Amino acid sequence: MEDKIVVKGLNLCFDTHHVLKSIDLNIRANEILSIIGPANSGKTSFLRTLNRLNDIISTVKITGEILLDGIDIYKKDILLPWLRRKVGMVFALPVPLPRSIFENIVYGPRLNGVTSKAKLEELVEKTLKAAFLWDEVKDRLHLSGTKLSGGQQQRLCIARALALEPEVILLDEPCSGLDPLSTSRIEEALYELKKQYTIVLVTNNTKQAARVGDNVAFFLMGEMIEYGSTEQIFTVPHDKRTEDYITGRFG
Amino acid sequence: MLKPIFYEQVMKRILFIGTAITVFILFFIILYILKNGLPVVDLEFLLSSPKDFGRAGGIFPCIVGTIVLTLVAIIIATPLGVGTAIYLREYTREGRLTSIIRFGTECLAGIPSIIFGLFGFVLFVVYLGFGWSILSGGLTMTFMILPTIIRTSEEAIKSVPASYREVSLSLGATKWQTIIKVVLPSALPGIVTGIILGVARSIEETAVVIFTAGSVLRIPTSLFDSCRTMSVHFYILAREGISMENAYGTAAILIITILLINMFAYWLMHRLMAKYS
Repeated sequence: MEDKIVVKGLNLCFDTHHVLKSIDLNIRANEILSIIGPANSGKTSFLRTLNRLNDIISTVKITGEILLDGIDIYKKDILLPWLRRKVGMVFALPVPLPRSIFENIVYGPRLNGVTSKAKLEELVEKTLKAAFLWDEVKDRLHLSGTKLSGGQQQRLCIARALALEPEVILLDEPCSGLDPLSTSRIEEALYELKKQYTIVLVTNNTKQAARVGDNVAFFLMGEMIEYGSTEQIFTVPHDKRTEDYITGRFG
Repeated sequence: MLKPIFYEQVMKRILFIGTAITVFILFFIILYILKNGLPVVDLEFLLSSPKDFGRAGGIFPCIVGTIVLTLVAIIIATPLGVGTAIYLREYTREGRLTSIIRFGTECLAGIPSIIFGLFGFVLFVVYLGFGWSILSGGLTMTFMILPTIIRTSEEAIKSVPASYREVSLSLGATKWQTIIKVVLPSALPGIVTGIILGVARSIEETAVVIFTAGSVLRIPTSLFDSCRTMSVHFYILAREGISMENAYGTAAILIITILLINMFAYWLMHRLMAKYS
């Protein structure tokens, strides 16, 4: 399978705080890569380098290369809206914007210049179905997105990211605040979505990584300790620290 | 040593008495003015021009003057103030520059209005040659209400969750699109409150108006005409002993206007909040 994203020698600092230390990582197309590791290991910071969301923090310094389909996304002439439409993101806490379900989903497409009502309605239905939320909300698309339950809000956020028609989806602990039932719904959705998209999933839940991931990267203190197929990582980890983490000895 | 329960009761009573005194003073002032003012208020009083320096006739030119002067001030101050607040909150990092700007606005808010009046007189009336006019008055009033609008808008923008901005950016919005489509709508109730406070301040202001817009008792027909606001009319009627009855009448209209504006503001705020949450 071809590489969708290639990360070479990536370093990231906030002021003097060295958060990511020379990360090299290839992310293959149409797979789910799960990134695991204890708190403060740089998982989220890494995820946010992929859509350049760290750029909004003015003290950030990034060196190294990230290639998306061979294009260096840190090149000067890269337009951030273009990049962020290609690389959608779902945050740890679901944040519906204070507007209706419908308006939440069409926010991105509208900015991209889609005005046809029929096209927008089609997008809303398609993405809500893909996020397994359509049946629950199809009769109340004009209800405020903030009135949904936590699990529904997170699926709304997934649908909203899908509406960008991205190629890569970044998920930052998308199930951290959700109950087991909502979690399994989202995992189900991810499983379907990887047929079309490349997915990078940061998770604190090693069992979730074992359930849905094709490959796993283990991060610790800003370094990538080990990368391998999910099966290999969870059965015969090469590194002692990986083994300690997945067997729950620390973290 | 007092028993805790007794202590609780005493504090509760003291706080209640404080509140009661405040409310009593407020109602006393309002009722006193309405009681003395309302008898002279009728449609005639509202819609006719004053005769004999205000001894007889109505206050129509003053109502027009108040509205026009306030409008000029608000139309200039709103974009300036909200723009400054956006710049301070969204485009600068907390540092020396922002603290100097913020300190400056705070000082501006503390300057007595008569000094604004004098400044406006020197700059607009004399130096720029606008004369005693609505333009001079409106511009000076703008300076006076700017700090209020900046501060309230800044607070409102600050209270918009950072996650909204991240979400908007992650959905392919530019910074400006994020401000227009997400930050400002969420901050709108607070911004509107600031503008309403500004409106109220320009309606009740006298010193600035006397210095910069003059006190001519005619219906203004251009921005370069002098005008007299209701507050100034009240001041002159009372100060020069022209007509206490008409002074109270003007005061009553003034209070009712402020009341209506506040009610309108609350109504607008609830509507906006319902729309954006």
